[in-house]
Amino acid sequence: MSNDNEDKKSISLPLAEGDDSSAEAPKSRDEGGDISSEIAKEVSDNRVVLYMKGNPAQPMCGFSARAAAILDAYGKPFYAVDILKDQEKRQGIKDFSNWPTIPQVYVGGEFVGGSDILMEMHENGELAPLIEEAFQE
Amino acid sequence: MIEPEIIVEKIREALPDAEVDVEDLTGTKDHYKARVVASQFEGESRVTRHRMIYEALSEEMKGPIHALTLEVYTPDEWEQ
Repeated sequence: MSNDNEDKKSISLPLAEGDDSSAEAPKSRDEGGDISSEIAKEVSDNRVVLYMKGNPAQPMCGFSARAAAILDAYGKPFYAVDILKDQEKRQGIKDFSNWPTIPQVYVGGEFVGGSDILMEMHENGELAPLIEEAFQE
Repeated sequence: MIEPEIIVEKIREALPDAEVDVEDLTGTKDHYKARVVASQFEGESRVTRHRMIYEALSEEMKGPIHALTLEVYTPDEWEQ
C-alpha cells in the first residue's frame, strides 16, 4: 500500500460501470451529493470496488497492481476507481475509510482493507467466500 | 525519508509492550515493512490492527513514509 505523496498521472477511466439499481440515496456529486456520499454510493452499487492508482490494465503503483491482480484471479467483475484522476476522491476515500493508504478494497459494501490484508485473505482462503457471498446477494 | 528507529518509537508509544521490527524495503528510507507483535491486538480485526498502527504514525503517513507494508500478530499468533 502506498500513500499519496507521489504525483503521477493516470490515463484511463474506471473499467466497469456500476449497476443502475434504484438506490435513492446516497448521491454522486453529479446528482448533488458530496464526495463521501458518492463513495457510499459506489461501494453500495458495486459488489466489489477497488480504489487504486491507475487502472487494472495499467496500474501506477505496485501495491495497486497487486490488489488488482488478486481480484482478477476470482474471475468476477470489479469496479476500479482510479484515484489519480480525481484529487477530491483521492483524499475523500482516505477520510471515508479512515485508512491512509491506497489501494483500498470494498466487498459487498464493506471495507476489506488494503493490499496486505487482501493478500493475506487471498492466501488463507478468506477472500473467496466473501466475494462469492457478495455476488449471491 | 524517515529513520526506522522513529517508526519503531512511534508504534511503541501507542502500543507500549509491542515487539516492532522495521525493514527498509528499498534502501531509500521511505518504503518500509513493519512486523508488529502486540497484546493490544487481541480480539481486534486485521483492519483495526492496521488502523492502530496508522494512527500511531498519522503524521508520518502523510509525508515521509511513502509505503508501509504491515504484518500484525498477537503474541500467541506470533508464537505459532
